[in-house]
Amino acid sequence: MSLLVQEKEFLQKKIGRKANPTELQIVAAQWSEHCSYKSSKMHLKMLPKQGKKVISEKGLDSGVLDVGDGYVVTVHIESHNHPSAVDPYGGAATGVGGIIRDILSAGTRPIAILDSLRFGNISKDPYAKWLFKNAVRGIADYGNCLGIPTIGGEVEFDNCYKKYALVDVAAIGFGKKNRLIKNNAANGDLVVLIGGLTGRDGIGGSQFASDILQEENRSAVQIPDPFIEKLIIEAILEARNQNCIKAMKDLGGGGLACAISETADTLSVGIQVDVNKIHKREDGLSPAELMTSESQERMLIITDKKKITKLKKICKKFGVPCSVIGHVKKDKMIQVRDNKNKIALLPANVVANAPLLDRHASIPKYLKKIQKEPKIKSPQNLTKILLRMLSNPNLASKTWVYSQYDHEVGIRTVVKPGHDAAVLRLDNKKFLALKIDGNPKHCYVDPKQGAIGCFEEACRNVVCTGATPIGMIDHLQFGNPEDPEIFWTFKKSLEGISDYAKHLKIPCVGGKVSFYNETDNGPIKPTPIIGVLGLIDHAPLVSQKIMKNDLLLIVGQTKNELGGSEYYEYIHGVVGGTCPSVDFIASKLNMKSVLTCIKRGLVNASHDCSNGGLAVAVSELCIKNKIGCSVLIDKIPCKSLALDRILFSESHSRYLLVVTKKNLNTVCNLLSKNNVQFGVIGTFNGSDITFRKKAKIIVNLSVDKGRKNWLRSLEALVSNG
Amino acid sequence: MGIVVFPGSNCDRDMLHVLSDVFKFDAKLFWHQDRLPKNLDAVVLPGGFTYGDRLRAGVIASHSPIISDIKKMAEKGLPVLGVCNGFQILVETGILPGVLLKNDSLQFMCKWTELIVKNNKTPFTNKLKMNQRIAIPIANGEGRYYVDNKTLESLKKNNQIVFQYTEKINGSSDRIAGVCNKEKNVVGMMPHPERASEQLINPKNSGTTSKIFESLMISIGAA
Repeated sequence: MSLLVQEKEFLQKKIGRKANPTELQIVAAQWSEHCSYKSSKMHLKMLPKQGKKVISEKGLDSGVLDVGDGYVVTVHIESHNHPSAVDPYGGAATGVGGIIRDILSAGTRPIAILDSLRFGNISKDPYAKWLFKNAVRGIADYGNCLGIPTIGGEVEFDNCYKKYALVDVAAIGFGKKNRLIKNNAANGDLVVLIGGLTGRDGIGGSQFASDILQEENRSAVQIPDPFIEKLIIEAILEARNQNCIKAMKDLGGGGLACAISETADTLSVGIQVDVNKIHKREDGLSPAELMTSESQERMLIITDKKKITKLKKICKKFGVPCSVIGHVKKDKMIQVRDNKNKIALLPANVVANAPLLDRHASIPKYLKKIQKEPKIKSPQNLTKILLRMLSNPNLASKTWVYSQYDHEVGIRTVVKPGHDAAVLRLDNKKFLALKIDGNPKHCYVDPKQGAIGCFEEACRNVVCTGATPIGMIDHLQFGNPEDPEIFWTFKKSLEGISDYAKHLKIPCVGGKVSFYNETDNGPIKPTPIIGVLGLIDHAPLVSQKIMKNDLLLIVGQTKNELGGSEYYEYIHGVVGGTCPSVDFIASKLNMKSVLTCIKRGLVNASHDCSNGGLAVAVSELCIKNKIGCSVLIDKIPCKSLALDRILFSESHSRYLLVVTKKNLNTVCNLLSKNNVQFGVIGTFNGSDITFRKKAKIIVNLSVDKGRKNWLRSLEALVSNG
Repeated sequence: MGIVVFPGSNCDRDMLHVLSDVFKFDAKLFWHQDRLPKNLDAVVLPGGFTYGDRLRAGVIASHSPIISDIKKMAEKGLPVLGVCNGFQILVETGILPGVLLKNDSLQFMCKWTELIVKNNKTPFTNKLKMNQRIAIPIANGEGRYYVDNKTLESLKKNNQIVFQYTEKINGSSDRIAGVCNKEKNVVGMMPHPERASEQLINPKNSGTTSKIFESLMISIGAA
């Protein structure tokens, strides 16, 4: 039980008596950090949530964006970090399951999954390798079975996740606007629980996730069953089509306790349930266990009495268990019964709204130390360094990961994994581009600039496909919020994200906060993850094969910003320095200009320039197209910088564009007219990646050699042991 | 044209889209507990994870009530296509020879690859040329087609190998990607033609893969 003394007192004052043990369990589940957002809620208000395309209706667990022609896209993100660190397979799989049900509960069909995974150093740590392999398999087995494509994401390894794992899953839904669940209820409506059997798994899961991970608590981890989830999806969509659903809620953290208290509170009604009516996996579960079990693959539906026969028939067709467990009342109370016995009676608004905390924040002492620029000796042989960078597991190809995910099912995937952003076709002939990005290395050095950087990077990726960003989701992951220094990093990250969102007018349509990401090894680095959705009205930019004599342009300035870069950390083993910061004006200008070039069909291929810097980005283009490129460093827009810094700085707002000779003048004129900083830096030709400074060759790497390292290094690491 | 939906099928709507919207067949979904109408021209068993692949991929679905109707159609010589899990089901019913085992990588594999046409006399390949190559993706965990040597010889003798992979992709006997019955009207294949027949989603050339469905059009006299 995780209720604080003052929370118990608050509760007693609110209800005018002492709560009984079952009531306390219910409240503890709902008031856990995981379910109540008690530390973050008052700060989250700073995020802009309104926009032209945003549809906000009560009771929706996912963000909804209007994509025109009567269609909507839904989106949400969640993590399953604690469970995945204990049981990577089950934890990751149930993470997928939970987010899918959030999408489903809006009445939309889930059409895509993206995942963002972080582990310790797999080159050295066998435990990290074990977590990584099994989390990937967990996501694959669950998503593949559901027939929902996993189309993108990211994987990163960093020592700060030693003995731990961050498993973030985002899901996208698609449907007709007029079929969105309206979420209303009237006196006498029935409360129905459908889906998996309720058992002892995941009891106290939300509280387990709201504390530092110190010991393995396997019974707090839920057990996945994708087959029943698939049946639930089909049953619910059919029930939606037959208007059998008035309101719907996924059973996630806090189980039934949270689902009914949040539903009752949002819909301003009372809900009475009888735990005896719940279909169970085993006998002997106490009412408190039944109310807080986090057994997976369950949904709560409120339906009209007249529709119950139809709903039951649909469930029967799909073989999905379904029980009427209670009904809606006027009294705005949560009432739990076990047959005739009254077990709990609490006001819904009290249970659903934990007392919020205004936590103390103070600037971390480590920051001053690490923001000093470290002294680095510039290496002589930069070719060797580039080759090592390409084998860095954080930069190398992630084919080993995404080839285990069915990324084609649903036949929407136009731009497949392995590119800047994935692109899906929608039924109204438009396209949706998606990307999620995080960068704990930057965020550790500068929580605010790092967070803005993640956001801009996700935007850049989406822009590279020709999409205009229309919405964002954020997932803010930090250590213990009771530590003022950690709380400060949370507030700064959030501030950064809000500022940038307001500047670019990209509304936040969903998000999640996850605290207590700590083990005995200490807290994780601040890890906000940003997902961006972009809309393409006509055709996406599907990168064409780069041909001989095509030209390479860079948009944006390369600056002396190597703090938290892969180059500093992977090659030199130093943490610190000045991390890249986003110039809001240049950011918007570059984005707009690149989009104009793409939309006018002037660009054959584009690539975001980010982790690993320019040299890695150019190499990726060459490797994917099996063609060499000769780059003249003198043409790269930057203030006098050492060569290694130009090659590996991770400055933001930079894009690589591939254009044909024929289009070069038009593109240059357009960029000049917009006052964009850019340079025509290279020509594609031959079979080597070369960087020259005047006549001097600085880097000369065969594409083939680079390709082998880039393609195989991750797989080699995983398969050896 | 019928598309059979089992609990856990997940390529049924993709197949429906391709058959009805792209190739303009009169196609309809049938739940596994329903009967198939007598006047169907052809039936497709789509991919997915019927019954969550429990026990063995396809084995539980192969005992569904609708299987007896599919068997009757097969016996009548009507075109029957099983894709991915549909192929696994056809193998489990005994309509097609062989078994499908775990890939030799022991992993689920989603990958674009190439097939070579080895038999162009089936209802699904009559518009393709012998040894023609087609771009197509696989997405399976149990896609390694296996037959013993004796059966392999008889498959070769009877021209029952329909598609081969161009690469050693998963350890399949003789790189087999698809086979047919002796009568050639029932075809099973692990790769997904419905994911490769529209240029928008095919990174290579959808024109050749589309011929699988164009062949079917000819077979049922719709073209």
